[in-house]
Amino acid sequence: MTEFIMQPWPWWFSGILIGLTVPLLFYFAGQAFGISTSLQEAGAMCAPGNLDYLKTHNWKSGIWTLVFAAGIAVGGFVAVQFLSAEPVAFLPESFHSVGGAVRLLVGGLLIGFGTRYAGGCTSGHSITGIANLNWPSLVATIFFFVGGIAVTWGLGSIIFGVAA
Amino acid sequence: MNDIAKGVAQVADEAQVSTTESEKPSNVQQDSFPSLGNLIAVLLTGVFFGIVLTKSEVVRWQRVHDMFLFKELHMYLIIGLGIAVAMIAMLILKKTHANSLGGKPIVYKPKPFHTGVIIGGMIFGAGWAITGACPGPMYAQIGGGEWFALFTLGGAIIGMYVYAFLKPKLPH
Repeated sequence: MTEFIMQPWPWWFSGILIGLTVPLLFYFAGQAFGISTSLQEAGAMCAPGNLDYLKTHNWKSGIWTLVFAAGIAVGGFVAVQFLSAEPVAFLPESFHSVGGAVRLLVGGLLIGFGTRYAGGCTSGHSITGIANLNWPSLVATIFFFVGGIAVTWGLGSIIFGVAA
Repeated sequence: MNDIAKGVAQVADEAQVSTTESEKPSNVQQDSFPSLGNLIAVLLTGVFFGIVLTKSEVVRWQRVHDMFLFKELHMYLIIGLGIAVAMIAMLILKKTHANSLGGKPIVYKPKPFHTGVIIGGMIFGAGWAITGACPGPMYAQIGGGEWFALFTLGGAIIGMYVYAFLKPKLPH
């Protein structure tokens, strides 16, 4: 049992638990599972400026998205510190460089812009949306993969070097 | 004297509130903080999800890369099973008309279709492939001690601002 927990979890165990996050959050907190709204929340709370997108966002009721994000970070800490037999290699070594930082910053920018324009990410669209039979979420998910596959195969040699 | 001034100010405040409220369209959601109990429930669910993301290795760049290369099924199986489990759970919640612990009905608000679902979707997918993280794993990476993921988060905040700035000009 301990051995099972301390090793990387198999897909079926992970898939069931990720799926259960949706009803858990609905039941315990009354919220639809999604994470990328936390970015808009951070902007609306800290520095909305003169931007309608941030000024019209209900940041007080939306504060739960940042609490959820903080919880995920704590979960990452707990998993690495107490539930892993071996260190978790999040990013390949090649990312720990100036070039890597630039790639992450640019990729992050695409994540922030893309998820907000699409209205959700893997959690809000792919999992919660499709699970609720919301067809635009299926379209969004298809295009998440179109974008990801295009970059990995098309620009892979430039962005990832020999890694691809 | 002071009390009278306070009283006048209060009446003026109330008048202000009532006029602004009557001007608001009725569909505007009330903006108030969730209860502390609610936020604790959210935090614990977040911790649960963060542990699952990390232990499932969904947070690893290599796993995401191998998914887009079709080298392994791991990610596809997790996402697919996650959707199936969530779908069954939602069917049960809807059939039983379950309320949340806070006593409110559980309602899914559909996300609408617009051009951004396609264009924004592709752009996000590209970012996912480059960084090996989507917004959830991004936070788990930082919490797990992968400090370079702070660049991903910083980029995402900038990207969000770019969207907020360009939103009026983008097709929706």
